[in-house]
Amino acid sequence: MNMKRSSWTEYQKEIADDRYYYARSCIRQNFFPGSEKAFLNILGKDLGRDIFDDPLHTSCTGIGYHSDIVPLETIMTVVARQFALMSEAGYENFTSSCITSFGIYTEILSTWEEFPETEERTRENLYKATGREFSKPKNLAHTSDVMFHHREQIARQARRRLVNVYTGEPLRVVEHIGCHYAKIFPKSGIGGSEFPYVLAGMVEAWGGEIVDYPERRHCCGFGFRNYLVQANRGYSVANSHKKLESMAPYKPDFIVCNCPGCSMFLDKWQYTIAEMEGITYGANGGGIPVLTYEEMAGLVLGYDPWELGMQMHQVDVEPLLDKMGVEYDPSAKYLGRNGKYIGQPERALVNSCSQDTLYKIKR
Amino acid sequence: MGKYFDMLLEDVRLREGLKACMNCGVCTAVCPAAAFYNYDPRQIVSIVQTRDDDAIEALLKSNTIWYCGECMSCRPRCPRSNTPGYVIQALRTLSQKLGFFVESEKGRQQLALKRTIGDNILRTGYCIVPRLVKAELHPEQGTVWKWVLEHDEEIYGQFSESYNREGAGALRKVSDATLEELHRIFDVTGGTEMFDTIERCSDRKAREMGYDGADDHYFMDTYTQNSNDHY
Repeated sequence: MNMKRSSWTEYQKEIADDRYYYARSCIRQNFFPGSEKAFLNILGKDLGRDIFDDPLHTSCTGIGYHSDIVPLETIMTVVARQFALMSEAGYENFTSSCITSFGIYTEILSTWEEFPETEERTRENLYKATGREFSKPKNLAHTSDVMFHHREQIARQARRRLVNVYTGEPLRVVEHIGCHYAKIFPKSGIGGSEFPYVLAGMVEAWGGEIVDYPERRHCCGFGFRNYLVQANRGYSVANSHKKLESMAPYKPDFIVCNCPGCSMFLDKWQYTIAEMEGITYGANGGGIPVLTYEEMAGLVLGYDPWELGMQMHQVDVEPLLDKMGVEYDPSAKYLGRNGKYIGQPERALVNSCSQDTLYKIKR
Repeated sequence: MGKYFDMLLEDVRLREGLKACMNCGVCTAVCPAAAFYNYDPRQIVSIVQTRDDDAIEALLKSNTIWYCGECMSCRPRCPRSNTPGYVIQALRTLSQKLGFFVESEKGRQQLALKRTIGDNILRTGYCIVPRLVKAELHPEQGTVWKWVLEHDEEIYGQFSESYNREGAGALRKVSDATLEELHRIFDVTGGTEMFDTIERCSDRKAREMGYDGADDHYFMDTYTQNSNDHY
């Protein structure tokens, strides 16, 4: 195992230690807003790092680009504007909360390197459109890279570990780094695309065990137009199905994802497969909980699961919380601001934990 | 001979993505689209490499170029450092510039993407916002998402002080000044022209197909209809 790892030592990257310009993700803020909040809290409050959440940046337009409606020249200029905002705010280290965006930033920086005329044209376009000028980031990292960089410090501050409190055994974790993290530019991702280590490094540092499985590197099935257009969604669910079928025999305690899209698809398609086919992949007829790495880090650091936004998952997370020994209030799961009762989701095969009943009793 | 190939070469992604293909088929072996559709990226690269105008025009008008999910799984595995996914991006861009995309069922879906993701970018500054993921159009999103949409202020409000309002935070309202900058970028760089081309060509094709132009009826048909001839 160690020999295998040493052969991938070149797939490492430099990650800045402090002073980050933070770019939010369209998908993460929609489906996992608690994860973005947790990331900023962990970096800023728990780790004491300077991270700037700028209200002026926009989407990178990456989903439009990979749906082929946003031209290359357009997205290059949108990205150049983000870099300009970073420089204007006094930062040099750019960190993106989205894997699609991270792939876009990496690709564009490389394209400017290889085809310098495209950078020149982008500078002209940005100035003409906005009057802004940009500097390229000194350091570019996905937010998971930043979390990986601080994994030992997080381990030292941990209040819980990725260990089954009933057996004392490490939790069995399946990880998914997302295609655009390292398939476009393998050397921009820790471990490259063949030996993904960014999430595995966190899991190992926090007491868990990574479970390898045959379709570990297969796409989650987003496929941009293949999910975004309803007529094409069979592609998306079929590819998630392929992964879930492949990982299920290894009985993972949870899935952790790098990419917000992958987190969402592996969660939601479990619901669809369960409702359409009656097939579930977790223990006791439930699903396999799917976590973002921010949620995983947040649980390790002692955050409340509902403050992390884990009630927005379709697949119940309680079986994992119980295994980890997380104390949580089942009746608070589906409350609104200030404890306001706002109803609760309809039950589903992968979403039927006992908190529903408990809540009704408490009401 | 080579007219379309020369046009493709103007796109840096074609230059980066197609060096010299030896047709080994590793790209097809790892391709999630090939696992699902009757799709073979090896063949596409092979056709482009012939520089044959008739063959490339047929490709530009076909469903085939629209099957790829742009996951780029092909890129790290190609022994000759080609990227079929980049070749696809260049083909799709040219297909739209020339108006050929409306000649295939999958190509016509570009209108659905422009009207959802594209218009949303210009309207909100984001590719996706919660109300774009309507429960009735996204049954796969499940019961929890339906509950989130029904109580969005209460739920997002727990994680962002700026939900639908200006200021820093998740799903903050992007200011008018920022949106103006974004619109000018689209105007200056060809983004607006691409959107207009998609609308114009779709309207022409819709009328040819018996619709009253690219109206909501046509849009919904491009979004939902599947001939099931793709497997």
